[in-house]
Amino acid sequence: MSDTASVSLALREKAERRRSRLLTLPAVLVITIFGILPLLVIVAFSFMSPGAYGGVEPPFTLEAYVSFLFSRDIFDDTLTFTPDYVLIYLRSLTFALGTTFVCLLLGFPTAYFMVTRPVESRKWWLLLVTIPFWSNLLIRTYAIMFIIRDEGLINNTLIGMGLINQPIVMLYTNFSIVLGLFYSFLPFMVLPLYSSLEKLDFRLVEAGYDLYATRSRVLWRIIVPMAKPGIVAGCLLVFIPTIGAYVTPLILGGGTHLMVGDLIAQQFGSSRNWPLGAAQAIILMAGVLVALFFYVRTTSEAKLHG
Amino acid sequence: MTVLESRQGLEIHHVGKVFSQPGRPDFRALDDVSIRIRPNEFFTLLGPSGCGKTTLLRMIAGFEHPSEGEIRLDGADISVKAPYERPVNTVFQSYALFPHLTVEDNISFGLEMLRRPKASIDETVTRMLALVRMTEMRNRKIQQISGGQQQRVALARALAPHPKLLLLDEPLSALDLKLRKEMQIELKRLQHETGITFIFVTHDQEEALTMSDRIAVMSAGRVQQIGSPRDIYDRPANRFAASFIGETNFVTVKLLTVSATSGELELPGGTVIHAGVPDGVKFSPGKATIVVRPEHAELVGAGAGNLAGTVTNIVYFGTDTHYHLRLKDESSFIVRRQNRHGLSFGPAIGDEVGVLIGEGVAQLVED
Repeated sequence: MSDTASVSLALREKAERRRSRLLTLPAVLVITIFGILPLLVIVAFSFMSPGAYGGVEPPFTLEAYVSFLFSRDIFDDTLTFTPDYVLIYLRSLTFALGTTFVCLLLGFPTAYFMVTRPVESRKWWLLLVTIPFWSNLLIRTYAIMFIIRDEGLINNTLIGMGLINQPIVMLYTNFSIVLGLFYSFLPFMVLPLYSSLEKLDFRLVEAGYDLYATRSRVLWRIIVPMAKPGIVAGCLLVFIPTIGAYVTPLILGGGTHLMVGDLIAQQFGSSRNWPLGAAQAIILMAGVLVALFFYVRTTSEAKLHG
Repeated sequence: MTVLESRQGLEIHHVGKVFSQPGRPDFRALDDVSIRIRPNEFFTLLGPSGCGKTTLLRMIAGFEHPSEGEIRLDGADISVKAPYERPVNTVFQSYALFPHLTVEDNISFGLEMLRRPKASIDETVTRMLALVRMTEMRNRKIQQISGGQQQRVALARALAPHPKLLLLDEPLSALDLKLRKEMQIELKRLQHETGITFIFVTHDQEEALTMSDRIAVMSAGRVQQIGSPRDIYDRPANRFAASFIGETNFVTVKLLTVSATSGELELPGGTVIHAGVPDGVKFSPGKATIVVRPEHAELVGAGAGNLAGTVTNIVYFGTDTHYHLRLKDESSFIVRRQNRHGLSFGPAIGDEVGVLIGEGVAQLVED
C-alpha cells in the first residue's frame, strides 16, 4: 500500500523535474547562443594563426599569447620581452579605476540627495539622471568634444569674458577621456547607489547623532557601511565597461592614448591579426574576472562579519 | 547650593512647535508646554497618538527644535543644540540598532564617538551587558537575537554613555504582553541602579501608572495634567485626563457650594454628597460633572445608596465583574465588583439596584 504510494510519488516528482527542466530551456538557449558560443569562437580564434587578409587559419598555435608579451626577432627567431601591450592594459586599468573613483565621489552625494527628496519628487530626479541614456553614446561624446575643445563652448566663453587669452587645452588629454567615461557611466553608479540608499533606515542616522556621532562620522560609520551593496554594484557596473571602453577614449583621446578597446579593434581592423585581437580580449576578460572574484570574495566576507 | 543648582533637571519652558510645509496648512504639534522634570525622576509623557508627546521627546533629544520657548538642562539652554552635543540618549521605538554591527559594537558606539579610552570602553560594555543580562550575546549580530534581546541592547547602548537623561520612545510597544511586563520591572530596576533621569513616552495608561514617579497627561499638543500616578488617577483635573486613564463614570450634577478643596453637590436622585476639587481649577455653582471610578462605587439593594439604576449588562472578568447600569436620567454607569467568595448580593440583568458613592470618592472635573 505505502509502497505503491511512494512509487507514484516518485513518478510525480520525476515528471515535475522534467517539466522544470523544460522551463529552463529558453534561458539555457539564450545563454548558449549569445554568451557561450561567441566566447568559444573567440577562444578558438586566439589559438589560431592570422590569415593574410584577416580571418584565421590553422595551424593551432600559442603565438598570439606569446606575442602579447614578447616580440619575435624575424631573423634569429629569439623572443624579447616587450611591455607595450601590458602598458596599454595598465593605462586602461588606471583610467577605469580613476573613472570609477570619480563616479563614486560624485555619484554618492547625487544619490544621497535624491533619496532625501520627498517621495513624490524622487521619480523626477531618477528621470533626470537617466536622460543621457536617451541619446546615442557617439552623439553625446561628440557633444562633450564640442564643449571642451579649444574653440569650444568653455574656452570661447572664458576668452569672451576676458578671463583667459589662450584656450585651455582639454580635448585629447587624460582629462577629456576620464570626463567622457565619467559622463557616460555615471548613471550606472547613481542607480545602484540610489536603490541601496533608498533602503537605508534614516532612524539609524538619528540614532548615530543621538550617540554623539557628528555628520561626517555618521556618514562613515553608518551610511557608507549600510550602502555597501550599492557601492559594490555601482563600482562593478562602471569599472567593467570602462576598462574595455572603445568609442569614448578613441574620440576624446584623439588616438593619442591607446587603450585596450582601441588596441583590440586595431587587431581586427588595420593589423589584420585576429588571433592577437582575440587573445587580447581573452586576457582582458580573464583579468576582469580575477579582479571580480577577489572583489566579491572580500565583500561577501565583509557581509559575513560586518 | 551649587550642587543643587547644577542638578536642576530638565525645564521645558513655554515650548511650542509648529510644523510648516510648503503647500500645506501649518500644523501645531505643541502649544505652550511647560514641564519641569527633576533629576533621577521616572517621568512619563502619556497621551493618545498625535498628542505631541513624541514631538516633545524629539525636541529634548535634539531632532527637532522648538518654535517657541526654550528647553534648559541643568540650567543651560539646549534648545538649538545638535543631538550629538547633548548629554541625552534615546531608546527608539524601532530600537534603531545598527544591523551591520555586533551587540558589543552597538553598545560601544556612543563611547567611541565620545573618544573614551579603549580600556574604559571595554569595561563599560562589560558592565552594560551584565546590567541588561546579555553577557553571553556580546558577539552576536543584531539579526541573530530576538526582539526582547534587541530591546535590552538598545537600552544598554543608550545607557552606556551615562547620559543625564534617557529618553524612551514607546520602547515596549513591540513586545508581547508577558515580555512587556518583564521589561516594565526591568526598566524600573535600571533607572534605580543607574540613577539616570528617565523620560518615558507611552500611550498605555497602565504602563504609565505602574512605572512612573510622575506623569504628564497630554492631548492635542497641550499638557492636561501633571502629577503622581495616584494624583492623576484619583484626582483627574479634567474630563480628558479622567477618561484617558482608567475607566470612569461621568455624572452630571448640580453644584451647590464650592471651596478650593471641596464642593457640595446634588446627585440626579436628589441626594447631596461632597466631592473633591482638583488643584488649581475653579468651579462655580450650577451644572457640573463629577467622576466616580467604577471600583469606588458600591452596588447595593434597590432603594439604598445615593443613585438608582437598572442593570443592563454584566461582564465577567475573572478577578472582577462589571455591572453596566442605566441611571434614572438615562446616563450609563459602571460598577466594578471584585469576585470574592461569599458575595450574597448578585443582581441579574434587568434588576433595579442602588449605587452607593461613599464620602471622598467623587471628584469634580472640568468639562
